[in-house]
This record gives sequence, structure tokens and C-alpha cells, in this order.
Amino acid sequence: MLDVHQLTVRLHTPRGLATAVRNVSFQIARGETLGQVGESGCGKSITAMALMGLLPERAQVSGHIRLDGQDILALPERALCQLRGNRIGMIFQEPMTALNPVHRVGRQVAEPLRLHRGMSADAALAESIRLLDRVGIDNAARRVDAYPHQFSGGQRQRITIAMALACGPDLLIADEPTTALDVTVQKQILELIRELVAERGMALLLISHDLGVIAQNAQRVMVMYGGNVVESGAARDVFAQPTHPYTRGLFAARPSLHTARGGRLPTIAGTVPDLIDLPPGCPFAGRCAATVPDCHTNVPPQVATQPGHIVACSRLDHIGEFLPTGIRA
Amino acid sequence: MSTPLLEVINLSRSYALPRAKPWGPRDQVLALSNVNLRIESGRSLGIVGESGSGKSTLARLVMALDTPTTGSVRFMGDDLATLSPQALRAARRNFQMVFQDPYASLDPRQSVARIVAEPLDAQGGTSHQAQRQQAAEALESVGLRASDLDKFPHEFSGGQRQRIAIARALITRPRLIVADEPVSALDVSVQAQVLNLMQDLQTEFGVTFLLISHDLAVVHHLCDDVAVLWQGQVVEQGPPQQLFQTPQHPYTQTLLAAVPQALPT
Repeated sequence: MLDVHQLTVRLHTPRGLATAVRNVSFQIARGETLGQVGESGCGKSITAMALMGLLPERAQVSGHIRLDGQDILALPERALCQLRGNRIGMIFQEPMTALNPVHRVGRQVAEPLRLHRGMSADAALAESIRLLDRVGIDNAARRVDAYPHQFSGGQRQRITIAMALACGPDLLIADEPTTALDVTVQKQILELIRELVAERGMALLLISHDLGVIAQNAQRVMVMYGGNVVESGAARDVFAQPTHPYTRGLFAARPSLHTARGGRLPTIAGTVPDLIDLPPGCPFAGRCAATVPDCHTNVPPQVATQPGHIVACSRLDHIGEFLPTGIRA
Repeated sequence: MSTPLLEVINLSRSYALPRAKPWGPRDQVLALSNVNLRIESGRSLGIVGESGSGKSTLARLVMALDTPTTGSVRFMGDDLATLSPQALRAARRNFQMVFQDPYASLDPRQSVARIVAEPLDAQGGTSHQAQRQQAAEALESVGLRASDLDKFPHEFSGGQRQRIAIARALITRPRLIVADEPVSALDVSVQAQVLNLMQDLQTEFGVTFLLISHDLAVVHHLCDDVAVLWQGQVVEQGPPQQLFQTPQHPYTQTLLAAVPQALPT
């Protein structure tokens, strides 16, 4: 359904061109959830923005993004406007900033319907009541006239989900949809998204820094670092056997309720590379204990450790020697 | 029994809501009700709870930034609400705070030297030269360099900024640091570095933490005791192993069940 091939995005910054996303390829089928994990600045959100056609104006993009065979990158702005909110829906991290505080929520949910479906105001309002009811807003018929500040954080996120779903999109992008919410509310929202994806057969790109959220909701995972995909595969495989040194470091660095207390957390040495002068080779070179000079200069090969489980690392045979601990089985 | 470092006795705080009608009475919302806590020196306490549970109200009361409606906060035996302003200011030397967002808690127009030395400045009695010297030491104890003194906050990453905020809290050599969600704005790998630092401070400087967090794993990692706050009340309290293995209160059970696990079972 969605096919992203060799996507590279370069952004203009005051200090020069920054490579925010480098040679990223992935596919998502209908009804499938792909989880994208990584830390700040790894290119997660830029990938989402590229899918929405919302990159900054002077961004240099290469590669293909095909939605049912149609290349999004080649489309003019007018055609993109017809995709956004219609065939591609997006849920943002912070529901209060995603909603307009001075408009009633009913009107905001109805807006894509009026715009893309040409519905009359009455029909769109009736539809938005139905949508709000579906996402679990109690007493939706009365609450459509309320303003965003009259709802709690979890309810606001339900409203943005209703907005994203209004036109029945084929692809839903959820960029850190529960980061601003409490864990019990997070659980409800993730359950709602999961139900809706199954019910409507949408493809979901779930972006999160939280490994737990990804593990419980995605069938496939891609781990990003410094604009590159360093590891990808079935969620079960990647979580059972994290292989790339970065993925391992990330897993080990999390405190857990099941580990012994008082021990030190293994940290990843060094800091995230500057995207402006990213080395030509592996982005993780230098922070990785198994680094050899070649890592800095050669693009790491994509190695399949199991069917579908791809790791971008040239030192796979030697990783075991350097990283004996830190993995929780 | 010896005097505990911090003792919170029957603490309640209510806030007045806006009037529903122009001449009607103002309703009260009870943000904290009858909270009792005790922190012995060297045994860090974690407070877990969700938004609106009263975590931050508790932090404000413990820091004497707000006054209790009823009950009291006793720090090393003194009731903070009854201290004179001068005595309170002097007492603040022993308890400091680290805030959640290191992008908001450091003044972008002040140099790191000034930010870190500010608690000393507020205490008075330290020369400019000595302040700078101590700021340099505080920076080194959190893994930054003395040469960072003349930089400004924008030159640092999120994790480094949180280190600066911790250095500022450390400079008066406090007995207690109240940390309100100190790592929730940070990435996982940076979070691990800051948690390790906090652990070192416990062993090296004997700092005791009152750690407020929604992240159960963080509390489990750092604290010797945990209190679960729900709707302004402490519903369960105990050592983390016990509380997280065999939670008694239904709310604690709900909270634990909601935490997503990275390992599919």
C-alpha cells in the first residue's frame, strides 16, 4: 500500500545542509502497523513529514514515496492538499496544540469532511457526532459544541483521532500519539487506535521513542539512528534479539521493573552525531565499541540475520566480543 | 527515634475554584488530603501518580513555595511554615529542587556560572571569587567542565542542561533534593546517564532525593521507598520491590498493568 524507496531528505540550516533522513526504505500493507523507534533528531518526524508532503520548502528530497503506486513526491501542492486529511491522516503528539482553541471541536472534526467530501454543514456535523461517539467521547451530541479546553488531555487526543479518521484514510501516521498522556490513558488511546486500524484496515505508521509502546502495538519495527534505519524486522524478532549495537544500547539503557535495583544503567558512550557533517559510513561509528576504521568510511551492508530481520552493520560477527552484557533475555 | 530528614504530617492543601455564579460561594478543590510521609536521611523516596494526583502540589509544599491549608512539613525538625523569612532562607541551603524541563528552568540570558551560583548568591556571604570556584566544582561533580562556566544554556544538549540544573541544586551541598520529573524530557540513552549521575550523588554526597515521577521504572531504579499518590491521597507506600511485585491497592494494580512492556510475553 505504502512503499517508501531510498528516501533521502536534506534540510537547509543556518550552518549548512543537514542530512535528516538517508536512504530509508520501507513498506506498510493495509491493516498493518509499522513501528518507528529512535531518539530525538534521528529523523522519525521528518520521515512522517515527508509522507505528508509537509517538508520545509527548500528541503532536498530524493527517492520515492508511493501510495498505491502514486508517487507523492512528484505531486503538485494542489494534489497533495487532496491527499492530506483525506487519504493520509495524522495524529500529533500534543493534542492541545493540534486543536484550534477558539473553534468548537465539532467544527474541527467536520472540517476535513466539508473540505474533501463536500458535505453540507449539517451532514458534516452529524458525521462528526458519530465519529466522536466512536472514539469514546461520552454524550457526543452535546459535546460537539464544546471547546478544546473543556476536555481532558486524553479526550483531546480522542478528538484529534476523530479528526484524522474523518475521511477514512488509507494511511494513518501517529507521531508520538501518547507521549503527553498518563500511562493509564495511554493504554486506552493505544487500544482505541489498535481497534480502529483493525476495523478499517488502515495502514499505521506508529512513531514512538517508547520501546514498550512499539512492542505492544506494531507487527514490524524499524530502529532509526542519525537519519538511517539501523535495524528492522518483525517486532517479535527485533525485541527478542536486538542485534545492532545501537538497538542493544537503547534496550539496555532503560530502567526496568524487573532488573535488580541499585545497579548502574549501561549508557551509550559519546553523543549523537551532527547531521550536518554526518560521516559517510555508519552513523553509529565512534560510539560503538566494535568500531574499526572502515566503519567511518564505508556504508554498512544490510545483513539479514533471520528472514526479514535486517541489520545495517559490517561488524556483526564481532559484536558479541564487545557487547557481552546489557541484554535482558 | 531520631529526627527524620523530612516529615510530612497530615498535610492538606485546597485551592479555591472560580465562582460558578457571580455572588455564589467559591468551591474548593482538595489537591492534597491528609498526606503523611517520612524520609530518613539517605533513603530516597519516590512519589508516583498521574496528572492531577497532587504530585506537584506536594513538591511545592515541601519546597515551602506554597503554604499548607492544614498540617505541616517538618524539615530536620523545623516546621517550614512557622520559620521567619530569614530563617527559611537560611534553611533553603539544605533543600533544593530540580525541575522537569531543562529548556525552561535555565535562564537563557544568564551564563552557566551565574545560573549555577545563584543559590549561593541568594544565601549571601560568599565572595564572587568563591562562588565561581564552587560553581566550577559543582559542574565537575556532574560531569561537565569548569570551562563551561562562561557558556550559555543554548550551547548545551538536553542532558547537559539537566546536569547544569543538578549542579545548581548541588552547590549549597543540600541534604535533600526534590526532583520533579527530572528525566521525563530526556531521551532514553541520556536518561540513563542522568539516572546514573543521581545515583552517584546519593553515594558520594549523601544526597537524599524526593523523586517525583510518572515512570515507575525510574522510581524503582533510584528509590528506597515509594508512595503512590491518587486523587491527593497516598494510597500505598512501601519498598519498590514489594510494591511493584505485589501491589495491594486497586489503583497501583491498574497503574502497573498500564505500563507497556518492551518484551512481548
